[in-house]
Amino acid sequence: MYKYDEYDQAIVDARVEEFRDQCNRRLSGEMTEDQFKPLRLMNGLYLQLHAYMLRVAVPYGTLDSRQMHMLAHIARKYDRGYGHFTTRQNLQYNWIKLDDAADILAELATVEMHAIQTSGNCIRNISADQYAGAAADEVADPRPYAELLRQWSTFHPEFLLLPRKFKIAVIGADEDRAAMKLHDIGLKLVRNAAGALGFEVYVGGGQGRTPMVAPLIREFLPADDLVSYLEACLRVYNRYGRRDNLYKARIKILVHEIGADEYRRQVEEEYLHVKTLGLDPPAAELERIAAMFALPPLDPNAPGEIERSDPDFALWLDQQVVDHKVPGHAIVTISLKPTGGIPGDASADQIDAMAKLAQVFSHDELRVTHAQNIVLPHVRKADLYAIWTRLEETGLATPNLDLVTDIIACPGLDYCALANARSIPLAQKITERFANLDRQRDLGEVKLKISGCINACGHHHAGHIGILGVDRKGEENYQLSFGGSGAEDASVGKIIGPGFSEDGVVDAVEKALETYRGIRVEGERFLDTYRRVGPEPFKAAIYEKAPA
Amino acid sequence: MSLIRFRVDEAHEEPAVTLDAFLGQSNATAVRVEPGEDARVLLPFLDRLQLIEIAFPKFRDGRGYSSARILRESGFTGELRAAGDVLLDQVVILRRCGFDALASDHVLDLAKVEEALARFPAVYQKAADAKPPVWALRHG
Ligand code: SF4
Repeated sequence: MYKYDEYDQAIVDARVEEFRDQCNRRLSGEMTEDQFKPLRLMNGLYLQLHAYMLRVAVPYGTLDSRQMHMLAHIARKYDRGYGHFTTRQNLQYNWIKLDDAADILAELATVEMHAIQTSGNCIRNISADQYAGAAADEVADPRPYAELLRQWSTFHPEFLLLPRKFKIAVIGADEDRAAMKLHDIGLKLVRNAAGALGFEVYVGGGQGRTPMVAPLIREFLPADDLVSYLEACLRVYNRYGRRDNLYKARIKILVHEIGADEYRRQVEEEYLHVKTLGLDPPAAELERIAAMFALPPLDPNAPGEIERSDPDFALWLDQQVVDHKVPGHAIVTISLKPTGGIPGDASADQIDAMAKLAQVFSHDELRVTHAQNIVLPHVRKADLYAIWTRLEETGLATPNLDLVTDIIACPGLDYCALANARSIPLAQKITERFANLDRQRDLGEVKLKISGCINACGHHHAGHIGILGVDRKGEENYQLSFGGSGAEDASVGKIIGPGFSEDGVVDAVEKALETYRGIRVEGERFLDTYRRVGPEPFKAAIYEKAPA
Repeated sequence: MSLIRFRVDEAHEEPAVTLDAFLGQSNATAVRVEPGEDARVLLPFLDRLQLIEIAFPKFRDGRGYSSARILRESGFTGELRAAGDVLLDQVVILRRCGFDALASDHVLDLAKVEEALARFPAVYQKAADAKPPVWALRHG
């Protein structure tokens, strides 16, 4: 993985001091809250309902055991002993004091971490496929490019005060595990007919109140031109993105209003100019970065058989483990979604335990997934039983990856000042309703996602089943939608009908899934059945006995 | 209002005219560009412009940063002044985008401005200033 050199370290250290100075000026009253707000946001510090929240960047979701231990340490020392892994592959602390913020950043800097641009109207932490570098289906590892973009976007002087936040995802495989097309810019590594490496560039996807799947803006961008091209994409947005209405300020609205063709034309024109400025780092810089993402030494002759006699282990194995590209090895996903738990939460002890597993069994590497789970990317199949045993001991062996209880949920009304409704208690109720594992496995892959308001941080539009909290005459109410997907078949879900109470929506989800069980054909997931038959059978089942 | 300049020439005295006025009357040497206006319409006139003032009615509106870079990338060497809601915490990015004068509605303390400008030892990307990006330092 990427290691800082003296320049990276000096920049992050300087940022800590700058932020300390900004906090002091705010605490002394020299700066108004209005002036301070965008500055603290650019450093991931939000004011929530009860306290400050600090969001720590995990660039493209990759980290090592030293960094993971630091996250546990901070959870213990400055928070309430927990961390919350987010859909941006980051980590949030929900109970931070403003006076501590600079000290926390200073501690993070000692392990090459920061909170730079994890919030605010700027280019956010770059996300990537959590299986990058380990998956058999990728053209190339997307992370060297993600790191190149991390550096390019960090304190980019022209793009720190954009109309709105800006999210970029990079993938290198056909299977889209990073919801790439639901980003402001989605990049997919491909090879052209001549065998050269480049990107498909998608611009203008997003969730929020106007969900959109990004259109393809460039079919093949030579990989060496990435920085110049994105500079052009961003400049057009910075100049012409709407600033009159917060809800129309994302780039998806610009692309939608002027049309993908016109946006493409403007970008290409700007790019012709920008390309003359020499903004792209030399090939040697990409090589320097890529060398740090080299595959660890994995023995291709490592034994591939796994002893399955323990049935609980076998269950976990089938649900949480996929093959690595090197024979005899595997990729493990650790579920942070236990029955009755808070999706994405981990205690300091659990964070430490996962760090240790990575150090011993996974070449010191971990990944955070956008579905709020943790991955051990490079493990020997022969070690899987030992890993599982340790996960069992720390309450981390829930075998529910991609099942109905593997819920993505935003913090909702328990923490978030913008929320209409609670997300976490609803997620907990759903996991309890479907706690029976045989039942979950029979229902198969179901991506259920919950947002506490229209901002859609819980990705409800992209859920096979999406739940959105709304405010109905001062009461929490939940809208249910079906048919969304954040994967390579990206689509936006459609609302099925009138909303529900908290218990009502749990019942409705259950009725929908039972309906699916009744009408599915062999091999169909819930999403496939819904797409084949449409909403009617589900509607009928859900609203059948609803009071008039 | 405070004016801080990073140039050695004399400050331009003639008041900046609006972009419309400039395009209508051709002999002004100072012009003011508002956030929604296209700085590129000035490109044919850069030779005789001595001052271009870029307005920041609200510091959160970042369009002026693109305007500044476009003008510098097109060879403008006259004074580029950021005018309006210009705050200490934007000084670094203003300078990097090519501004060499700050006309703030607030009181900017010169010592603090200099401290801010000296804070970051390196930058990651090439912009409109002379600072080499780290990739250039890394690879000579
Ligand atoms: S979706 Fe709404 S409630 Fe949930 S975290 Fe985002 S802003 Fe808050």
